[in-house]
Amino acid sequence: MLILSLITLAIFAQDDLMNLLNQNSTKEINYTTATFKSTRIMNGHSIERMPEGQLDVRISHRFGTINSGAYNFWGLDQSNIHLSLEYGILNWLMIGVGRGSYEKTFDGFAKFTVLRQSTGAKEMPVSLSIVTSAALKSLKFTDQTRSNYFTSRMSYVAQVLVARKISQALSIQITPSYVHRNLVATELDPNDIYSLGAGARIKLSKRISLNGEYYYVMNPKTYLSQQVYNPLSVGFDIETGGHVFQLFFTNSLGMIEKAFIGETTTTWTKGGIHFGFNISRVFTLKKHNVPKPL
Amino acid sequence: MKRLFFLLLFLNIIFAANAQKFMTKNGYIGFYSKTSMEEIKADNNQVVGALDTSTGEMVFQALIKSFHFDRALMEEHFNENYMESDKFPKSVFKGKITNLSSVDFAKSGTYDVTVEGDLTIHDITNKVSIKGTIEVISGGINANSKFNIIPEDYKINIPGVVREKINKNLEVTVTMKYSPITNK
Repeated sequence: MLILSLITLAIFAQDDLMNLLNQNSTKEINYTTATFKSTRIMNGHSIERMPEGQLDVRISHRFGTINSGAYNFWGLDQSNIHLSLEYGILNWLMIGVGRGSYEKTFDGFAKFTVLRQSTGAKEMPVSLSIVTSAALKSLKFTDQTRSNYFTSRMSYVAQVLVARKISQALSIQITPSYVHRNLVATELDPNDIYSLGAGARIKLSKRISLNGEYYYVMNPKTYLSQQVYNPLSVGFDIETGGHVFQLFFTNSLGMIEKAFIGETTTTWTKGGIHFGFNISRVFTLKKHNVPKPL
Repeated sequence: MKRLFFLLLFLNIIFAANAQKFMTKNGYIGFYSKTSMEEIKADNNQVVGALDTSTGEMVFQALIKSFHFDRALMEEHFNENYMESDKFPKSVFKGKITNLSSVDFAKSGTYDVTVEGDLTIHDITNKVSIKGTIEVISGGINANSKFNIIPEDYKINIPGVVREKINKNLEVTVTMKYSPITNK
């Protein structure tokens, strides 16, 4: 009894202050960060957003196909480019505008962060974002003789992004997507394309991860004016301070959803693979709301 | 025997109640690094800290994710690449004022103190000795300190490409405004 009592006394004295702290520390919401390194997994959006006041300048290239041979330096002679400026207006809303050389397209999107994966005071198993985008194809109409409408240039995309960072090393995402094209090449081609995307990231080191991304297009792929394939991309994210480099192989040429989901015309099995990269550089335009010392 | 136990228990409670304890839930810890290439500054205003004036014991606890930076990307890198805050969410200091006798908690004034103890950052615990001041004011006690830490001492790896952007020594500032705990 005596010993027991003395032990309690000893414990009291030693861990007293620590217990006091633990009793008084409020349980905070611990949001999961860096589910993916960039706002794109490869071609498609990830649930990541630009926080408020941050500007992401992105430069992306897709070279020609590897099977185009030595004469084209295995595709590196050709280059498709997409430039974009993307900005976090609020902590749950980012917007972006871009220009791609593929079909001379202007595009814009808005990404809404609906749910954020968290533990602690609020438990949320997944992160969920919604992406809506519109693209304007400014390429000259092939048939100049018929009456062409401005609306024929437009296409629209809606996506729901659901992701979970399963561990420090592994993150996964599924992306049901809907693409609507106002004008298609022939009557055989669908205006509406439904697809289900899936992406994953495996961290190889603190700054390098292996990424993969695939979209399963549900529309039948036969009897179209041009044979299309499901897009598959595999590559690496390399992070160096303010930059993220994404280097990968993909069978898609387009860098916007409308193009890579619906208009991927080459396939991995026949060497129709493009080498591609995205470079992302983030600038802070508005400083983070830092609590000032009391 | 039973009576003795209760007597001792009672004594324990007396001891505990007698101890003069002060605490804060919004203490400040910040750090600063400056090189010709980059200025890095982070602030945490949600540090919990306690001080026992009878024994001179001092403890702090800071959540790593509560350190905020001007740049969101820097904050993400701090948590993801350097502090690994999902694995090691807290930093803790447990120490004791070594020259407690030179502080008169009954009299207002500023006293220089040396605090020795264990500082745990990134799950690595190092013995540290920190100089600071204790300021006794009416209705509370303030504790202030500025000291340097070396990230490598806490196995925080800074890769070569960014090594020049981060000062070898990080300047840490601690500002605590304690108020007494009445019913503990």
